[in-house]
Amino acid sequence: MHYTFDIERGNFTDAGQASSSVKRTLKHLGVAPANIKRTVVALFEAEINAIAHAYGGTIDVDIDDQKIVMVVADKGPGIPNLDLAMQEGWSTASAEVREMGYGAGMGLPNIKKNTDDLKIESTVGVGTTVTMTVFFA
Amino acid sequence: MTVKDIIEKLDLQCLNEANLDAEVTGAYASDLLSDVMGNARSGQVWITMQTHKNVTAIASLRDLPAVIIVRGGAPDEDMLEHAKDEDICILVSQEPTFQVCGKLYEILK
Repeated sequence: MHYTFDIERGNFTDAGQASSSVKRTLKHLGVAPANIKRTVVALFEAEINAIAHAYGGTIDVDIDDQKIVMVVADKGPGIPNLDLAMQEGWSTASAEVREMGYGAGMGLPNIKKNTDDLKIESTVGVGTTVTMTVFFA
Repeated sequence: MTVKDIIEKLDLQCLNEANLDAEVTGAYASDLLSDVMGNARSGQVWITMQTHKNVTAIASLRDLPAVIIVRGGAPDEDMLEHAKDEDICILVSQEPTFQVCGKLYEILK
């Protein structure tokens, strides 16, 4: 099963729609609640990152009976130092984004904790692609 | 302890009646959304002063039956609409976080 969602720059209002839709699908497929939880935590955080930091992008989701693979690809500033970005508490979020309760530097660590495989490819000035896999077994 | 029991015991205003008979397993207090996303557990009530639509998105994704907004805060209109769509109970306390947590801790422990 393949799904695609668009991400619009700065559109926090619709944040979580992709995660919500994926959650419904996984529930329908009878995936264990713990794995649904891990999937939605990771996807929501990646979605928020793209909305908060990038200039738009896409989410591609592939589901089979073993796993879900989520690819969040954005056009944006990229991540100059990935080691720093992975550190809990490190954030480059704007004041506006922080006021909403984001920008605590917990997004990427949350993704790391909740996925079985995480790949981040980033080019400064071009964009970032985050590939997250959760195995159901 | 159900959501309805908590509304009565804490004298909360209910802006969206949903999950009133849901069993509350605990509570999580935080204004950092990724903290709640990563660390809240399903069945918990979320205590916060955030009032925008992403609150209900997270409550729905993490199966939190109710949100208590502290210090008399008013949810944004689209948050309330979203709460109706997603069946999230929206409650308001006139008290600050510490008092709400203390009272809830007493009745849930």
